[in-house]
Amino acid sequence: MNGIHDMGGMQGMGPIRREAHEPTFHERWEGRVYALSRVLRTRGGPWNLDAFRHGQEVLPPADYLRMSYYERWFAWMLTTVVAAGDVTQAELESGRPEPGSPGKAVLVAPDAVSAMADRRGSARRNVTVAARFKPGQRVRARNIHPAGHTRLPRYVRGRSGVVVLDRGVFLFPDTNAHLRGEKPQHLYSVRFAARDVWGEQASRRDSIHLDMWDDYLEPV
Amino acid sequence: MMAGASVDGTVNQNQNPDHQVIPSDLTLRVKALESLLVDKGLVDRAALDRIVDAFETTIGPRQGARVVARAWVDPAYKKRLLADAATAMEELGLHRYQGEDIVALENTANIHNLVVCTLCSCYPWPLLGLPPVWYKSAPYRSRAIIDPRGVLKELGMEIEADVEVRVWDSTAEVRYLVLPQRPAGSEGLHEEALAALVTRDSMIGTARVTLDVKEVPA
Repeated sequence: MNGIHDMGGMQGMGPIRREAHEPTFHERWEGRVYALSRVLRTRGGPWNLDAFRHGQEVLPPADYLRMSYYERWFAWMLTTVVAAGDVTQAELESGRPEPGSPGKAVLVAPDAVSAMADRRGSARRNVTVAARFKPGQRVRARNIHPAGHTRLPRYVRGRSGVVVLDRGVFLFPDTNAHLRGEKPQHLYSVRFAARDVWGEQASRRDSIHLDMWDDYLEPV
Repeated sequence: MMAGASVDGTVNQNQNPDHQVIPSDLTLRVKALESLLVDKGLVDRAALDRIVDAFETTIGPRQGARVVARAWVDPAYKKRLLADAATAMEELGLHRYQGEDIVALENTANIHNLVVCTLCSCYPWPLLGLPPVWYKSAPYRSRAIIDPRGVLKELGMEIEADVEVRVWDSTAEVRYLVLPQRPAGSEGLHEEALAALVTRDSMIGTARVTLDVKEVPA
């Protein structure tokens, strides 16, 4: 979707503010939100990474910009625990399990944490799919505007570049985010001359590299 | 954080110790959800504690720095790192890369690599930990891709006109680690001393490694 999250090339967002000796989490609740999301997201379906990203993209733009990073995660989590059936809306409002509701199995035991803490499920799929493009080939990013999740940024649509590498077969976020299947396909590292994207203001030496799925590209 | 706020997100309404400290709205709401999920049986609090602890104490840029330092002292290792980063990391005992597709990008005298995620906040967690706020912020995400030289200059790094700047937008599940240039004058340093020079920002591509930096800011 052409949402506020698709920020590449926007102007007027202000200076970049770096913080010296920045803590991992600025407040305790941020760490709890991070850890809760890691635990809840050990499952697939509405908890998959692409659905998670899309859940933040659909926040109203003004809210997206106003909220802090982990506040957005929390907003997504509140809607998803209900949508996924982990808790009911009534339980969320009361803060307590409904009397007589069955207990659920724990998702991640403490002993399992060290094995999963810095690991993420791979989006690579070991299936054979024909590649539509090959390294060295000139391609154009399709001029498409899907209303759902996509990892094709606006700034590159309609621009031409060159396939540098075929990275292999990966699941396709545009369908996976909406639980419409993984649609595995080849992913390429594609190089665009900065001038072909931004015009004369860019240095003629500079380039932009994106990882792009087959469905994002067309031959030139 | 507002004045009077403590590290756990509570706001001290009154200096009188007899008064209760009133927690912030988000503190209360997150606590409420955590308690509910614990009461439902889905979540074990001790597991949450361990995840937070791992990222606060263990998983961070020191791991990436070890990889960089090894590549600087061992040309054969560097070659393997650039060809297949995941396997090269396993050689250092970093066995946590299963399923992760990591690519190392070498900065040279002629090429400078810079990493951004314009769409969200993709970042090589296992090597650098969780990203700093500025990396996830609208100013960096919007500008790094259209004006990398301006952004680098603002961050204190002038790039010569004859150097090629390559910006990598992390749009898929491939994660990027910049292999910064080894600083001049570091020839006599051992691997461990070199690793101590490597900063988080140098592995994103927003800083050079210099001889006078001794630690990565958080």
